[in-house]
Amino acid sequence: MVTVATVVIGTYGLRVARTTSDFLVASREVSPAWNAAAISGEYLSAASFLGVAGLVLKQGVDVLWYPVGFAAGYLALLLFVAAPLRRSRAFTLPDFCELRLGSVRLRKLATLFVIMIGWLYLVPQLQGAGLTMQTVAGGRYQVGVLLVGCVVVANVALGGMRSITFVQAFQYWLKLTALAVPIIFLVLHWQADGRPPLAPPSGATFAHSTTVVFDHAATLVRPDGSTVDVPAHASMDFPAGTPIPQVRGVESSSGANWLLPGSTETGGGRDRGLFAAYSLILATFLGTMGLPHVLVRFYTNRDGAAARRTTLVVLGLVGLFYLLPTLYGVLGRVYTPQLLMTGDTDAVVLVLPGAALSGLTGQLLGALVAAGAFAAFLSTSSGLLTSVAGVLSTDLLGRGSVRDFRVSAVLAGLVPLVLALRAGGLDVSQVVGLAFAVAASSFCPLLVLGIWWRGLTAMGAAAGVTLGGGISLAAVITTVVGPPLTGWPAVLIGQPAAWTVPLAFLVMVSVSLATRRRVPVNVGLTMLRLHAPDPLRL
Amino acid sequence: MPPEPPKRVRVVLVDAAAPRGGGDHTRAELEEQTGIGEALVKGLVRTQLALALRCAAVVAVGLGSLPLLFAIAPAVAGTRPFGVVLPWLLLGVAAYPFLFGVGWAYVHLVERTERDFTDLVEKH
Repeated sequence: MVTVATVVIGTYGLRVARTTSDFLVASREVSPAWNAAAISGEYLSAASFLGVAGLVLKQGVDVLWYPVGFAAGYLALLLFVAAPLRRSRAFTLPDFCELRLGSVRLRKLATLFVIMIGWLYLVPQLQGAGLTMQTVAGGRYQVGVLLVGCVVVANVALGGMRSITFVQAFQYWLKLTALAVPIIFLVLHWQADGRPPLAPPSGATFAHSTTVVFDHAATLVRPDGSTVDVPAHASMDFPAGTPIPQVRGVESSSGANWLLPGSTETGGGRDRGLFAAYSLILATFLGTMGLPHVLVRFYTNRDGAAARRTTLVVLGLVGLFYLLPTLYGVLGRVYTPQLLMTGDTDAVVLVLPGAALSGLTGQLLGALVAAGAFAAFLSTSSGLLTSVAGVLSTDLLGRGSVRDFRVSAVLAGLVPLVLALRAGGLDVSQVVGLAFAVAASSFCPLLVLGIWWRGLTAMGAAAGVTLGGGISLAAVITTVVGPPLTGWPAVLIGQPAAWTVPLAFLVMVSVSLATRRRVPVNVGLTMLRLHAPDPLRL
Repeated sequence: MPPEPPKRVRVVLVDAAAPRGGGDHTRAELEEQTGIGEALVKGLVRTQLALALRCAAVVAVGLGSLPLLFAIAPAVAGTRPFGVVLPWLLLGVAAYPFLFGVGWAYVHLVERTERDFTDLVEKH
């Protein structure tokens, strides 16, 4: 039943994505409300749809900073970037570099980072796709990643440029509905069950009798301290009311740790926990403005004031959406605790309706949620791949012909596909958080200083982007493929933004001051264009 | 600025194509980047940046102080208004209307600043 629904939704998704028209044709006359829904539709990715709930289920209150930061990023965008960027008439970040600082070299460097950030952001989308296929259709994770990856690449390479505004806007409302309708049923069900406690102090218990299937061999630690070894592919039955055992090697918080801030997420130590929290806040607040597929959308606003209004509406829409995943994570504590044992916490949104509600209602709501998940990673990954392939084909590989674009799309899709196949064990939201950290350490200082400070030079910008972005990128690579770290190095490398963002700003300002003579001569005119109110038409 | 008698202007719609009576002088100062024009732009940029930084500071204090507060006063983090533990209520629900409110106030204020600047340019 669910499989059939998935196939139907999949073909529907393909058809929607194929009724595309060239993004540029959508011109600039899109009203803020439509534009905002379209931006939100493209922005709310697998990380938002699946990952946030998974992290809340696993780690509790501390990870609520992820959705808050994902939304607050639009406030930073509104305050510092939206209107001046629109007035600059830059279409992409590399365009902005060339317009503001007149340096082709800096343009190439920015292109490189657009591609890196795009790839980093594509990985978790494909992970989400693999996970959804695995959970909903029962296939293998790798098959899901490959299938969706190839579909998206083929779609972007053959199908044309990008979904039109209407389709993207529709995607937002689809995603919102897909989470909002089931959660109403789920909360009512929880009420009817007599509100089972979310974080009982004595440790969680199974609400229903549950069969847990283990894909890998695992060691269970019972609350009394005894251990049980489970071989791979074994299944175990737990009657209702049994305490949930911990699985060795699967990090999760329980009881008060889950409920209250300052958990043991980073392996103990209040200072480290605090540092990680602030680092995450900084990365998500400042990273949004550096995401390639977000900025492109601002070009479709009529003028600077419309860009601001659009951003404000996006902030409202995205904030509305983020009220929901938290509830899934919380109710997952009651109805799908087995995910804590298998480690598939990212699947909680997909599994919860079927697990809590019996019969047809559960299945239908499960299908609705799956549809939302498909919308999430199809829209975001298509948008991202288009952005990456676009800059790749115009700036690095060729001159932007259709053939160049197709080759670029295939190349741009291959790298994240390979990475996603290898990165199955990482949390979707965590990988996205890392992409935000790189964006915040490279493009955020470039945009903010470029818009507000006359003294920025191309040398300074290049040095800051290279150092801040390079170091945070190295930190990300270490986190993904490097050896497991503990203590302070784990925090500094796992959540690098708190030191790489200030570093990037510092380097950019000091190198610019050292090369003061090379401030562009027309900086006054550029500033006038960026900041003069739209009605003056200067 | 030289004291020119202000001319009466009838503005129907602000349009690039519309003929302009006043504002030519300041407009020229701006476009030609004279000392006055540059000072005007610098002033505008400074006002806008100050406004943006003030709004950012409101968020930095309103949200940014929370991890520290929870860390140094765990008793506060444990209170349950409306039956929900405080950090969940603040981060899970209240943060979003707060962010939107700050954004709304910013748009309101920045549009007023821009109107003032436009009036200044159009009238002199």
